[in-house]
Amino acid sequence: MAETLFKPGHTACAGCGQAIGARLVLDTAGKNTIICNNTGCLEVFSTKYPESSWSVPFIHSLFENCSAVASGVEAALRFLGKKDSINVIAQAGDGGTADIGLQALSGMLERGHDVLFVCYDNEAYMNTGIQRSGLTPTLTNTTTTPTGSASTGNPRPKKPMPEIANAHGIPYVATASVGFPLDIQKKVKKALSIKGPKYMQIHVPCPLGWQHESNKTFEVAKLAVETGLYPLFEYENGQLIPRKIAVLKPVEEYLKTQGRFKHLLKNPEAMKQVQDIADANIKKYGLKAEV
Amino acid sequence: MKQFIEGSHAVAEIIKRCKPGVVSAYPITPQTHIVEDLAQMVASKELNAQCVNVESEHSAASVVLGAEAAGVRSYTATSSQGLLLMAEVIFNIAGMRLPLVLTCANRAISAPINIWNDQQDVMAVRDSGWIQLFAETNQDVVDLHLQAYKIAEDPRMMVPVMVNMDGFILTHGMEVVDMPSQEEVDKFLPPYQTDYKLDVDNPKTMGYLADPDYYLEIRYILEKTLREALGVVPEVAEQFKKAFKRETFGLIEGYKLEGAEKVFVAMGSVCGSIRDVVDELRVKGEKVGLLKVICYRPFPKDAIALALSSVREVAVVDKSISLGAYGPLYTDLTSALSSSGCKIPKVSGFILGLGGRDITKKSIVDVYDRLGGKQVDCEFMGLKQELLKDCK
Repeated sequence: MAETLFKPGHTACAGCGQAIGARLVLDTAGKNTIICNNTGCLEVFSTKYPESSWSVPFIHSLFENCSAVASGVEAALRFLGKKDSINVIAQAGDGGTADIGLQALSGMLERGHDVLFVCYDNEAYMNTGIQRSGLTPTLTNTTTTPTGSASTGNPRPKKPMPEIANAHGIPYVATASVGFPLDIQKKVKKALSIKGPKYMQIHVPCPLGWQHESNKTFEVAKLAVETGLYPLFEYENGQLIPRKIAVLKPVEEYLKTQGRFKHLLKNPEAMKQVQDIADANIKKYGLKAEV
Repeated sequence: MKQFIEGSHAVAEIIKRCKPGVVSAYPITPQTHIVEDLAQMVASKELNAQCVNVESEHSAASVVLGAEAAGVRSYTATSSQGLLLMAEVIFNIAGMRLPLVLTCANRAISAPINIWNDQQDVMAVRDSGWIQLFAETNQDVVDLHLQAYKIAEDPRMMVPVMVNMDGFILTHGMEVVDMPSQEEVDKFLPPYQTDYKLDVDNPKTMGYLADPDYYLEIRYILEKTLREALGVVPEVAEQFKKAFKRETFGLIEGYKLEGAEKVFVAMGSVCGSIRDVVDELRVKGEKVGLLKVICYRPFPKDAIALALSSVREVAVVDKSISLGAYGPLYTDLTSALSSSGCKIPKVSGFILGLGGRDITKKSIVDVYDRLGGKQVDCEFMGLKQELLKDCK
């Protein structure tokens, strides 16, 4: 196994996309990095006392405050004159980013702290048992948006977090996916080369919550991108740079890989609704590669 | 040097001399003058600190948590709703053993919304693991903040300290204060140094998940440290007295307790008015005194029981209430006495001054006049009966 700063032996589920994402981010950032982590799966499975997977300084405080803690760490490093040599990364799951952590994140972005925020987006509160978050996609079956005779799952669209982050006028925003590890590395490197607040949102499949086999993590992640349901793009100083897709696939290919969308497969109206979301993404972000 | 100075300015002046590297706060009345002053000091290069203007008290507390975790002395101030919004972080800071100092400009809690003084806010975080000190005067305010950093950063402690000062009464009150010089402060309070920090050359994980195999012991160790603070707080007070040639009392202060049969017990600025009443009653031949609780957490059980061991009757003056039960100071005091093994005096509990209602000398005399009569445990004083006539 290649040398990594995110040590094995943690208690993540087999096939956990977040564990893969976190390792890619940290190994790209390197050892001169301080991690500020919100409460969530990642912190729980990697820091069970007295053991820790983190071979860089790591602090977990609460569910919603990693952006503020990171702001304080950054301010302290500035005071000590050490900021230029040390990366500060704040990280959270989708609930800790888009719901309970949104206020602190917005404050950190607005104040201009030199911090990279990474959202590991597995599209629900997985740590507490697959409850809906603001980043749960439309029509997903979760434990708090269950399907039934009066419900086809989560009725609301995914909160446009990258757009919200970009609206703060920050220098760099990117989405990424563990289905494309080299792309993650490239974007983390770029983000850390830029001073100021940066926002990255990485799509990380959760075999347990999404109901797919643990050896399908990469495949499922790739399909989300290839169908246009998880558009990969960057905003560099507000300028959109999409990652183009050579062959766009119908959303059904993605949906059929996961139990959380099983109820949609025999519902043409719902399938169309999801395809419309993908089509809108393809148009909005210019995802289609010109041949 | 003696200065005629507002309480908030006095706090800012002493904090400046303590040289925090990071200051973060969110504005709330009556704390604002403190952080405005510090911001001005940074703006005019009197203070070399990072000033982080946050979007909430939750983030203010989290910013200084992060800064302390990075090994830098830090400061925040808040009040009332702000302290309640911080509450989650307040517990976290103590659990993570970060030696932060926070000023709480004590103020009432909504609803109804009320910006005036009582001590309900701090009671909401009474159980958080912070050392909690209460100032009577603005001289206390200055002296306690300086001692607060010394206590918090003591390697035996590594727990946060909250300095409570009554909102408006102290924060906006002008008094003559003997302000220590920078040289004196530097001598008393050396720069903060610790290995317990986020350091890329010596990486540590902070904020672990502790399961039932570990949690109980980790909390016990924090409790043990708080108990040990009952020794460290007076020790630091002694060092302070030597360094500044000025009286400071550590855990509690007795006033005219010699031969006292009836004693008031109180915290904060109300003790000043009680002293006056005690003086006047003493002139009339009443055997009365005051016990001021300076260190409310950890609660100085033994010192209090000893101070009251030959007293016949006690009047506890609470400026807050655990609704449906008693005043918090009353509860702590009666518990301390009942487990002390000393002879237990008759103890009555009175609630005064909520939401800024003036506690006049007359209201204190009214409390005194109730002693000798029926024992009460949670008696509201000074109620306007005309406002209660529809309240059956």
